[in-house]
Amino acid sequence: MKRQKRFEKLEKRPVHLDGFVKEWDDEGLVAMHSKNDPDPSLKVENGVITELDGKKREDFDLIDQYIAEYGINIANAEKANAMSSQSIAKMLIDPNVSRSEVAKVTTALTPAKASDVINQLNFAEMIMAVQKMRPRRTPFTQAHITNTLDNPAEIAADGAEAALRGFPELETTTAVARYAPLNAISLMVGAQAGRPGVITQCSVEEAVELGLGMRGFTAYAETISVYGTDKVFTDGDDTPWSKGFLASCYASRGLKMRFSSGSGSEVLMGYTEGKSMLYLESRCIYITKASGVQGLQNGSVSCIGVPSAVPSGLREVLGENLMCMMMDLECASSNDQTFSHSDIRRTERMLGQFIAGTDYISSGYAGEENSDNTFAGSNMDVLDYDDYESMERDLAVDGGILPITEDQAIKIRQKAAKAVQAVFDGLGLPEITDEEVEAATYGSTSDDMPKRDMTQDIKAAQDLMDRGVTVSDIIKALDDHGIDDTAQAVFKLAQQKICGDYLQTSAIFDKDWNCVSAINDNNDYMGPGTGYRVWENKDQWQKIKDIPWALDPQKVDF
Amino acid sequence: MSQEIDETLLKSIVRDVLGEMKSADTPISFKGGEVATDGPSQESSVDWFKPMGVAKPGRSKNEVVIAVGPAFATVMTQTIIKQSHKDVLRQLIAGIEEEGLKARVMKVYRTSDVSFISAEADKLSGSGIAIAVQSKGTTIIHQKDQDPLNNLELFPQAPVLTLDTFRAIGKNAAQYAKGMSPSPVPTVNDQMARPRYQALAALMHIKETKQVVVGKPAEEIDVNFN
Repeated sequence: MKRQKRFEKLEKRPVHLDGFVKEWDDEGLVAMHSKNDPDPSLKVENGVITELDGKKREDFDLIDQYIAEYGINIANAEKANAMSSQSIAKMLIDPNVSRSEVAKVTTALTPAKASDVINQLNFAEMIMAVQKMRPRRTPFTQAHITNTLDNPAEIAADGAEAALRGFPELETTTAVARYAPLNAISLMVGAQAGRPGVITQCSVEEAVELGLGMRGFTAYAETISVYGTDKVFTDGDDTPWSKGFLASCYASRGLKMRFSSGSGSEVLMGYTEGKSMLYLESRCIYITKASGVQGLQNGSVSCIGVPSAVPSGLREVLGENLMCMMMDLECASSNDQTFSHSDIRRTERMLGQFIAGTDYISSGYAGEENSDNTFAGSNMDVLDYDDYESMERDLAVDGGILPITEDQAIKIRQKAAKAVQAVFDGLGLPEITDEEVEAATYGSTSDDMPKRDMTQDIKAAQDLMDRGVTVSDIIKALDDHGIDDTAQAVFKLAQQKICGDYLQTSAIFDKDWNCVSAINDNNDYMGPGTGYRVWENKDQWQKIKDIPWALDPQKVDF
Repeated sequence: MSQEIDETLLKSIVRDVLGEMKSADTPISFKGGEVATDGPSQESSVDWFKPMGVAKPGRSKNEVVIAVGPAFATVMTQTIIKQSHKDVLRQLIAGIEEEGLKARVMKVYRTSDVSFISAEADKLSGSGIAIAVQSKGTTIIHQKDQDPLNNLELFPQAPVLTLDTFRAIGKNAAQYAKGMSPSPVPTVNDQMARPRYQALAALMHIKETKQVVVGKPAEEIDVNFN
């Protein structure tokens, strides 16, 4: 065929490198509604749910059983499920109906009913609903802090810079699993050096991750994954009950935690029962609620290539975030891993959560260059900071990331790298050299870092675990090296686990260690003039307005 | 020594019996709800990749087990970036042999999850070290007694795994088997792999998962590259 020149040009656009597939109901490659999804139904007899979404109690699978037992507010259930989905959807966007009024209804729905409610909403309505339904009044966002060499000085420096830019939560993982304790420690120390009160986590195998928390190397966890079909659960040697048990382990040690789920995971693991991504995700949200966990990271997360490949996929992703909030759960709304080569689609991806505001708009934003992001890349990275901050300024939206100056960045990166250097010395870990501190201060990627002996680091990591090192040894190491403010911050963080206030829904700390959560910063949005408006938060708005690259029109020399 | 072998044998018998019970039973977790679409495909017979019966626990400390997913070589023939399964195995084995150790290949049927494939295989490996490879190419090095979802080294991004990487993985696995502490194979990160390949990865994994046979023990495989 003789090629048409415009079509030839179009094919070369980045969007053509993305994966797109047509719907396939029987393998669950369908976003909002599959022909195999059950119709909503509910029967309550003597306070017990005896029918749930078309299934009788004796036919319940593990997940149905768990949800029927613990996940639905039975007292309101018959009344709520008798309402039309459309009328519930209208409540979601009606500014005259408060968040708590809506939640009374939505926490009593069945998973299929909740999916049907979400199906009533278009994208703009979802934004309206998210604005009202997120639990915390003030929106924030979260960052990933990783590098492909697991270099501790770089983790600390990137963590400190992200802390200074306003992220209240930072998440690391490993390139090599056995580095886990070193990465966890480096990030915690870097974050406290950057801005006291920032909490950190290290996403690794679940038993290891809990162990890191119990030693005080981390302050929260979020990658406790739940799934929407029994087969995916049991294939991973898990059940809803075992996840519930794990959740209570965190609570017992005063560690914040949330579950993680997202559309597309069941497709990627090959067991969808032919159900839509939204319906399966609704089951995950109800499992979370049923476990008594305060929050959930959802919005497809690492499986984003799946929903984004099918029609209405990104509408579904915002819809599942909204459903999480409807269950009165903290929502870390993903905007996480890469899904597109197209800058236009990357912006599209975060539009809903960014404009509406969520507890954590991203979970997380790459706090390093994407080439160093060992979660396999995020939708936005450090090189997008200035674009992101311009968008906040243009739209007067608080996206949770603040501009800083180059000078501030250099100072804070150096401070953090030196702090972690001291900790490595104090704990008897392989030396962090002055050359590494310098490189971490001025560098941007792990290519800028001197190479470490990874074999020695891995051995030292194992040895540190065997020796029973805990957070008190870290505090001591900082104190011994005269780094008093960071020692004090790490100590304060350890203290918070004893009082446990930050286990409340959507909790973070401000700079003075005040806990800010859905309890004392409850979202009170009820239309114009109410809720969070960034210009009313004068200090924050001033920082967003003052991007360092804006001209001062009164001081321009011609 | 004989006692140790008896124990291993006993464990394997118990495991097999449990495996059969699992397939005979219909526990609550597996009943209902699943929509049957087309079932597993017939495995093709491949001249270089011959099933040799149920894989037995190895007794030689000098072996590293390579365990492949249920669709490997017989239902699918290449990874997500179209590297032939034959070349992948050839490089893994070459890497192991470079270190003077022997490779033993088996196919796992009970699961298509790369971590659980490796967790089944390392128990059959004389050295306790196993490499697991899915048909799409995702690879892990796992050691006996590690939690299933932990690992010595994990290569989660199949699209960045070249034949050189597979050779290096084989070499490192053999070094772990010898009790050494090799430097991990350098992590390659392509943040654009997901946008390009994730939907395809899902389709390949759906195909591999259809080949899962609950309770079926791993099969010993004779590979012949000549």
